[in-house]
Amino acid sequence: MFEYVPIIVLFPLLGFLALGLYGSRIKSEKLIGIIGSGTVGLSFLLASLVFFQMLNAEPDQRKQIVTLFTWLSSFTGSPGSLNVDIAYQVDQLSILMTLVVTGVGFLIHIYSIGYMHNDRGFWRFFAYMNLFIFTMLNLVLADNFILLFLGWEGVGLCSYLLIGFWYEKKFTGDAAKKAFIVNRIGDFGFIIGMLLIFSTFGSLNFTTVFNSASLLMIGNTTILWITLLLFIGAIGKSAQIPLFVWLPDAMAGPTPVSALIHAATMVTAGVYMVARCSILYVLSPVTMEIIAVVGAVTAVFAATIGLVQNDIKKVLAYSTVSQLGYMFLAMGVAAFSAGIFHLMTHAFFKALLFLGSGAVIHALNDEQDIRKMGGLKEYLPVTYKTFLIGAITIAGIPPFAGFFSKDEILWKTFSSEQGSWILFLLAISGAAMTAFYIFRLVTLTFEGEKRFNHHVHPHEAPKSMTVPLIILAFLSIIGGFVGFPHTSAIEEWLEPVFSPAKYKLLSGEQNGDLIEIILMIISAAIAVLGILTARWMYLKRSDIASLLIKRYPRIYKILLNKYYVDEIYDAAVVEPIVKMSDEVLWKSIDVVIIDGIVNGSAKIIGVISQVVRKIQTGVAQSYAVVFIGGVLFVLAWLLFR
Amino acid sequence: MVHLQSYLIVSAVMFIIGTVGVITRRNAIIVFMSIELMLNSVNLTFVAFAAFLGDSAGQVFVFFVMTVAAAEAAVGLAIIIALFRRKKTVNLDEINILKW
Amino acid sequence: MTLEEILFYIFAFGGIVSALLVVTRRNPIIAAVYLIVNFFCLAAVYLTLHAQFIAVIQILVYAGAIMVLFVFVIMLLNLGDERGLRDSFSWKKVVASGLGFGVLMELIYIFIRQSSTQTIEMERATNIGTVEAIGHILFTQLLFPFEVTSLLLTAAIVGAIVLAKKNLD
Repeated sequence: MFEYVPIIVLFPLLGFLALGLYGSRIKSEKLIGIIGSGTVGLSFLLASLVFFQMLNAEPDQRKQIVTLFTWLSSFTGSPGSLNVDIAYQVDQLSILMTLVVTGVGFLIHIYSIGYMHNDRGFWRFFAYMNLFIFTMLNLVLADNFILLFLGWEGVGLCSYLLIGFWYEKKFTGDAAKKAFIVNRIGDFGFIIGMLLIFSTFGSLNFTTVFNSASLLMIGNTTILWITLLLFIGAIGKSAQIPLFVWLPDAMAGPTPVSALIHAATMVTAGVYMVARCSILYVLSPVTMEIIAVVGAVTAVFAATIGLVQNDIKKVLAYSTVSQLGYMFLAMGVAAFSAGIFHLMTHAFFKALLFLGSGAVIHALNDEQDIRKMGGLKEYLPVTYKTFLIGAITIAGIPPFAGFFSKDEILWKTFSSEQGSWILFLLAISGAAMTAFYIFRLVTLTFEGEKRFNHHVHPHEAPKSMTVPLIILAFLSIIGGFVGFPHTSAIEEWLEPVFSPAKYKLLSGEQNGDLIEIILMIISAAIAVLGILTARWMYLKRSDIASLLIKRYPRIYKILLNKYYVDEIYDAAVVEPIVKMSDEVLWKSIDVVIIDGIVNGSAKIIGVISQVVRKIQTGVAQSYAVVFIGGVLFVLAWLLFR
Repeated sequence: MVHLQSYLIVSAVMFIIGTVGVITRRNAIIVFMSIELMLNSVNLTFVAFAAFLGDSAGQVFVFFVMTVAAAEAAVGLAIIIALFRRKKTVNLDEINILKW
Repeated sequence: MTLEEILFYIFAFGGIVSALLVVTRRNPIIAAVYLIVNFFCLAAVYLTLHAQFIAVIQILVYAGAIMVLFVFVIMLLNLGDERGLRDSFSWKKVVASGLGFGVLMELIYIFIRQSSTQTIEMERATNIGTVEAIGHILFTQLLFPFEVTSLLLTAAIVGAIVLAKKNLD
């Protein structure tokens, strides 16, 4: 079955080509939807078959590498040779990611059939989405850094294309550009990291690099730089501080895009990369600490911003940034399986929340301000129920999925050697805020008095949209059980992937069952507290919110304006660059020097020609003079050589 | 006994005189006559060499050169007549349509 | 100094002088007359080479036909001693003359560099200069060029007529 792995990757590519080349001529939306979703569905099916085969195999037989062909081959045999294959590494981690990507992706494709109905670029949307799935699969299944980077860049491109899908509006184009450029800044670090890897290990192949790395000592300086640079790439791609600013703006794209790319899959690429390179990261405790701190701070920072946002998608966007912070926190404290577990559950519930918000937006004719919503639960029952399930999950209420994954992270932050109680406090406060803001969202959107425009008649979404919601809600409920503490199936499944790293750390299992249970109770209690506070503030005593705003206007303003991060970047980075480009690069270098050289050479030729053309006098005799002169010269040369 | 060089030198002198005439004079008719001068000098060279080498081909060649010179003179003068009809002059300095 | 040599030097000198005069005269008719003189001198020089046929042909064709044509055209165009055609002194002339002189010096150098003095054996020259000898070669070895020449003359006739006739439209 493993030989069919390339086909998993190939299906979406075929979908992209078919829809990209012929999609504009297909008149039937149904056919486009079938092709677009069908390819992803087939990939999911095939991935599931591979997964089942892996389940039945022995644990050490589960990792396989399937090579398609050699891509780059230079200087083979001599030092400094580079050989890169298009090869896919199927192991426990990558098959898990593949299942998440194709599974959630498939559901979102189905949803899009309903959401993008009657859109002028319907075929284009599905073509781009298929391209995205293709590049994302390349990213997670790659067996070397270059192929991973190909997928990395590819998803960045698709993100740009899809954010700017409605390109007629200027701000969508701006958002798309912002996403791409900020990503690029991270990618710069990634590339340098890759170059360092190549110069240190002589290869870019995962197996080769990781095998060589496992022989090194902890605290190696080169590894520190490598991991740091790779993490910079992850900061850009996964929207951590300071490169998170593109994610809220990316909400300008269609909601399925926000669900798939900016919640479930693309932004998790950074987390996946860190998990894949776990052996490198454990060799550099400094980087691990940085990752944990960045993750924790981002989690809290984004949560504070999400507390006061009024756009339904922006709340979810900051929530995504915050949850990604949790995943990186997990990576930073060497809880790799926990991070991946949270990645999986987050894909379920965040996609669910986004798709649900899409249904709300669709029902209210593109209204996104939650101050203009309310009381929707009687109009959108399915949406309300599924959204509620998603909210409960993200808040971390047992026995839903989010509780288990978040709790695992909290426990590891508290207990593992790399964790600390400061980080734990940050994480716990973030959890409290998460519960609060998500239920603020639920309450203001679905409950309470109706504040929407009475011309609008909200209607429930069509089946193509509600069925994926239901499926995702179901997964959010049961998905957590694979990570039940102490019998965690997912941790056992992923163990062979992370065992080299764990071996390096030589840390034993933390004993402290009692503490663990106490922590679980505390986190659940805090979540409940957050939920109740939100419901009380926004349902029973809705004046408290405005009172708080009046009491602390400055804090409110800072939070509402997302700490003015965008404005700071504009002034500190963007403006100087634009100015320098204008003054220096454009006016002096381009106009004076380059144009001067080009126009100048043309002018010189003109000047020379003005002189030289006088030779053509038109009088035949002067030509004869030259003739005689030539004869003289030739004779002289022949005679006196 | 006249040396061969004498004939050749005479011929060379006449040739150069003809050349200088071609490139110096402005009257088209005079230019033509200078050209005839050049052709004649070449004829002299041919005949001298034919006598020296004992090969008649040189003299036959002179025969042909004369024929060609006659044809060329006819056509060239016809051109001058046609030109004169247009421009009313045979001053070569005024016939400079190929000027830059 | 045999008679041959004296005659040669006289007529060679005459040819050169008349050539110079052709090139320098202002009046085209005078130049044409001097050209005829040049042709006669050249015919005499041919005779010193025992090239009888060529000498006669020279006078018949060149002096008799071509120069007559020249004179006709000059008279047709009514070219007199036009003031407008007065050739003034110009640097171009000096340069041209200088170049010409340089080529001449080179040519003379080439000719004089021959190591042995070449003399012409008049026996041989006489044999090839006769009409029979030339006719023999002309109609056997070089028949093809002879015929082609007739084509050339036809083309020249047609060309001359076409170019010189008045446009009848």
